[in-house]
Amino acid sequence: MNVIDIKGLGLAFEQSGQRTEILRGLDLSIAAGEFVAIVGASGVGKSTLLRVLMDLARPSSGTVRVSPDPKAERAMAMVFQDARLLPWRRVLANVAFGLEKTHLSRAERRERAMTALASVGLAQVADRFPHQLSGGQRQRIALARALATRPSILLMDEPFSALDAPTREALQDELLRVSEQFGKTVLFVTHDIDEAVYLADRVVALGGKPGETRASVRIDVPRPRRRGDAAMRAIAEKIKEQLHAEAAAARDDWVI
Amino acid sequence: MKFSQHMLAGLGLAVFLIVWELVPTLGLVGPNILPTPSQLPAAFMRELRSGAWLASVAASLGHYLMGLVVGGFAGVALGVATGMSRRLEAALSWVVRVLRPIPGLAWIPFAILWFGVEQTAAVFIIAIGVFWIVFFASQGAIRGVDRELIEVADAFGFRAWHEKLTKVLLPAATPGILVGLRTALGQAWMAVVAAELFGVHGLGQRMNQASSLLATDIVVVYMLTMAALYGLMDAGFIALQSRLMAWKA
Repeated sequence: MNVIDIKGLGLAFEQSGQRTEILRGLDLSIAAGEFVAIVGASGVGKSTLLRVLMDLARPSSGTVRVSPDPKAERAMAMVFQDARLLPWRRVLANVAFGLEKTHLSRAERRERAMTALASVGLAQVADRFPHQLSGGQRQRIALARALATRPSILLMDEPFSALDAPTREALQDELLRVSEQFGKTVLFVTHDIDEAVYLADRVVALGGKPGETRASVRIDVPRPRRRGDAAMRAIAEKIKEQLHAEAAAARDDWVI
Repeated sequence: MKFSQHMLAGLGLAVFLIVWELVPTLGLVGPNILPTPSQLPAAFMRELRSGAWLASVAASLGHYLMGLVVGGFAGVALGVATGMSRRLEAALSWVVRVLRPIPGLAWIPFAILWFGVEQTAAVFIIAIGVFWIVFFASQGAIRGVDRELIEVADAFGFRAWHEKLTKVLLPAATPGILVGLRTALGQAWMAVVAAELFGVHGLGQRMNQASSLLATDIVVVYMLTMAALYGLMDAGFIALQSRLMAWKA
């Protein structure tokens, strides 16, 4: 049973008379509980795809069908590349942000927020302000904020790319643990192929101008996975080759 | 380091007071042109005992604060509204361009016509000055809110304009709005004196009376009173501001 079904998605926008197509004829299906990584060159439209799903951007053509788990409270929640916490709110109030749309009482919201904060291991900073925390901590809080709304699908837009390598790896493992624990469907956009292969059940590569689905590769390596595993490296190499070929073809169009 | 800076400042002030004391004493200017600092405490006590000082301060503070409140509220409300709605801003833009350059004092004839030589007229003049400062500060502050934070509100389901206003726009714009209010705090005092010159009770009126009687020492007493009151307001505002901005880095 597919949780997300996208057929023939196209998005174009007009700017001073010029029509720019970002996506065209994109097909993508995601099953419940799947962890799918979306990779591709910069600007191919990965973030745009997430925005369409989150209803932050309107498609020009195609159909998008989202069938979330009826037991979940919200269909989707998003984690951005920069944590985007509200600087004037303390950490706990930030995590509770999405819950203010519900009919929960203040005490219930606090409790849910604390649970979500604890699940990313940051219960002790509940009373601090965002500016007092490190980048890695802020991203974990952004993740807690998304999890607190109990979504059936997690959309993540290059959430770890702004962090240093050790923090990134720690957060990757935390994400895997949390998504398995709560049985989430995850759509993870990244430009780091190794990260994609390490995390995902399936890697979808976008390419072309305008962007469309170029390849869908299953990662049949059992969990828990080891970084640098030979099988994973081989898969990553293949995907990288494909994307490099695309980039080279695009470069032939360069004038300089 | 701090101590020596204080010493220098104290020295500077002392020299200033000494020179000031000497200039009229040595007959460099006529006795009624400039009072000496030593005359001030006596003048102040006279004003205090006659009740004039307290009455003037109360009256001026009264319409100063009223003008701040009225002008401040109107400025924030309209500034936020035009900051949020491009259409509203466009609709009002030429009206603003016509009315904005008119100095607050130029409104005095209408103030007297509409409200008489009453407190309300002074409040009106002060409010106009406050309004324009706060209006532009609020509009700019709303416009300057980080788009990415607004997108977070959208992503978590807060799509309605009033939700975005309370959850993101107002808190994010508060620093800018406060800067506008603080500036208005100072400008409003200038308007107080001018607004009272035409006869409304208060510091300005008392100063005017005193100067027409050549009681220049009383004039200086009130000048210093105004400086002290403004300093008090500003200090109070800064305290409020730092409480509200505790979240800033």
